[in-house]
Amino acid sequence: MSPDHDTAFVDLRAITKRYAGVTALDSVDFTVQPGEAVCLAGENGSGKSTLIKIISGVEPATAGTIRIAGQDRPYLNPRISAAAGVMVIFQDFSLFPNLSVAENIAFATQLSTHQRFFKAKAVRDIASAALDRIGVRIDLDARVETLPVAQKQLVAICRALASRAQLIIMDEPTTALTEKEVRRLQGIIRMLKDEGVAVIFVSHKLGEVLAVSEKVVVLRNGKKVAEGPASEFDTQSLTYHMTGRDVPEVPPSDVTPGAETLMQVKGLTKAGSFADISFDLMAGEVLGITGLLGCGRTSVAKALFGLVSPDAGSITVAGRPVPLGDPQAASLARIGYVPEDRLTEGLFLSQSILRNVAVGRLDAHSSGGFLDMTRLADEAADWLRRLKVKTPDVNAPVQSLSGGNQQRVALARWLSRAPRVLLLNGPSVGVDVGSKADIHDIIRDLARQGIGIIVISDDLPELLSTCHRILVMREGRIIDALDGKSLTEDDLAHRLAS
Amino acid sequence: MTNWLPKDFWTRNETLVAGVIVLFCVIATISDPRFFTITTVSDLLRAAIVIGILAVGAMLVLVSGGIDVSFTAIAVFAMYSSTVLFLAIWPDAPWPLIFAVSVGFGALLGAFNGFFIAFLGLPTLIVTLGTLSIFRGFLLTFIGSQRISDLPPSMRDFSRGVLARGTTEAGNFYSIPWAALALLGVIVLTWVMLKKTMLGRSIYAIGGSVESARRIGINVKWTQFFVYVYVGALAGLAGIIHGSVGRMADPFSLVGLELSVIAAVVLGGARLIGGYGTLTGTMLGVALIVIVQNSLIVVGIPTTWQSVTIGILILLGTGVPAYRAKRAAARAG
Repeated sequence: MSPDHDTAFVDLRAITKRYAGVTALDSVDFTVQPGEAVCLAGENGSGKSTLIKIISGVEPATAGTIRIAGQDRPYLNPRISAAAGVMVIFQDFSLFPNLSVAENIAFATQLSTHQRFFKAKAVRDIASAALDRIGVRIDLDARVETLPVAQKQLVAICRALASRAQLIIMDEPTTALTEKEVRRLQGIIRMLKDEGVAVIFVSHKLGEVLAVSEKVVVLRNGKKVAEGPASEFDTQSLTYHMTGRDVPEVPPSDVTPGAETLMQVKGLTKAGSFADISFDLMAGEVLGITGLLGCGRTSVAKALFGLVSPDAGSITVAGRPVPLGDPQAASLARIGYVPEDRLTEGLFLSQSILRNVAVGRLDAHSSGGFLDMTRLADEAADWLRRLKVKTPDVNAPVQSLSGGNQQRVALARWLSRAPRVLLLNGPSVGVDVGSKADIHDIIRDLARQGIGIIVISDDLPELLSTCHRILVMREGRIIDALDGKSLTEDDLAHRLAS
Repeated sequence: MTNWLPKDFWTRNETLVAGVIVLFCVIATISDPRFFTITTVSDLLRAAIVIGILAVGAMLVLVSGGIDVSFTAIAVFAMYSSTVLFLAIWPDAPWPLIFAVSVGFGALLGAFNGFFIAFLGLPTLIVTLGTLSIFRGFLLTFIGSQRISDLPPSMRDFSRGVLARGTTEAGNFYSIPWAALALLGVIVLTWVMLKKTMLGRSIYAIGGSVESARRIGINVKWTQFFVYVYVGALAGLAGIIHGSVGRMADPFSLVGLELSVIAAVVLGGARLIGGYGTLTGTMLGVALIVIVQNSLIVVGIPTTWQSVTIGILILLGTGVPAYRAKRAAARAG
């Protein structure tokens, strides 16, 4: 055995995991050294969550050996794994919103030492020790629900530390953070590494954590396809390894010259979110709006659909002004909005696929207060066919679909209303590569039919393959308007970061 | 702001409810100087004992993230069947034994709820709506539907026991019964459990997020099960006290009171989504409900307006903080 394996905190050898005939992991070797930060990259369905579940003891491996903290672990469950120092910080942080910061940090510790009585002082001591360790000051008595997301994440990290974490696994740690908060997180990660705590980042988007990582491991279809020092990877090569191809995408065809201006936005401003947003959108044009997290792009998207009420400015569609801050008025003006967070904002998850599409058309198919159910269902089914939603049963709940198909259902709902302007916020967030290319096809196709489309995204290849023009936002303002055709990904990345 | 007050003092439900109570008392005393006397206080206290004990249980369920509407049926079931049992086998049994059996019956029925909710994972409202009917129907069909006024003598003795009694200078009689101690005991016991034991903190944690509780290793099922058993036991105690103090075992009593009790708890700041609720708030909510039910007439509001008043109080008491929170969230977002 190489010294590499002797010192490793986690050492997985030839791990295979099968679920009912599907191979989720195929003979994967994976090691993490104490004090090492590892990026675990891969598309949805690549097996990265399965690997995490195996390390944290949630799922048993079908074959292979697991060593954690120098011991073979033929049998692993979450408790054993946690006792060995493996702590997972889920994307939702798994905190208790109603309890104090101190209690959130110390609860697991108190449980694991089999305390019967709750000792407020001990709890505060544990919590303040953990906060001190990462050099953060948060009011111990504050209820966690009152904290901003970045502080909740810090509380989750402190909870892991209080439970003597040797390895902290962070699921999509930077998705909800602003640039500044990401930098602070990076600082904390460096500090933890100096103390010998290992970290695994699980993410689609790795640019932000590459800087503090030693090693990158890329999974694809259950196999390890790349592994190496972080310095040898950049966002582009990661994308290549994750997808296994340079996804061939046709650039958008030109906007018909002399096409009418569909939407005009002038001086849209909301104090603290965005300022002086102005642009024109032509029929058949795809306009990208991008910028780093916290730049205000989502607020602008919401403002365009009336979900956020701007302080000043105007929006006109086909020459007619649209009242601000009123989603119904926006909808009447035939603006459609597919939100970033489909799960909470866009779809009725437990309702059937058909109903989710049909709900957008209730008013068009009602006469005298009654619904023409047959026509409603036929139309919805037609849209599902046109968008190639793969489902054996249109009456199954939407939550049974994959991310890509859910996104198509959300699209189908809006398309059935024949929108003139379609706002797509993060159209391929949480969608696998294949579906992503399909969704891009759909976007280009819709534009050819004369719909004006606004894509709000920070996925640079996505913007480049769909948009005619790209607006770059920073600190709530548009700082650049770029021509999509003459732009390369490096250019765009540079403009974003500069 | 003063330091000894909690930071959120002015925005808490407790403060709001206490303020309404004080306001009511001031108005009542102005319109009838006889209102604010020890007689009124002791009357209100007596009226608050049974509701108070039931409210502590209801609060615990709300904190754990559930809702229980069957506790009044449990209370009357436990009270009536233990009375019938002792009348049949040992009418001269001492009251602590009769009480203990009633508490035991209550716990047993609570365990029935707990089994469906904790181990089968059924929705709490559905389960307790079901058991409310079952317990009540079972009681009236199989155990009895006659009012019994000839209680075991020891129960009457209990109702005669007083902690303090006297006559005011104005000649009004007042007394504070032993049963007040039961309420005090329940409050202290529950306070210790909620604040000082990991079990109590786990109940809050589960109410905050069941999934998170599971992930950090809290035994969610047994904790939930415990909650329903405890609530059942409290209901058994409240029921037997109700029977003893009222000197009548009435199988038709108590049921119907559950919404008032839940109203008191919600007024006191417990949230239906779980995770929030304090004993102070609950007791203030109970005080307010009891005052409204008994003394509305003093400030010139007809008794028929009772439920309207309670309804308005609930809308204001829960609506104002909720609206404030929504505004705060809108500003932050």
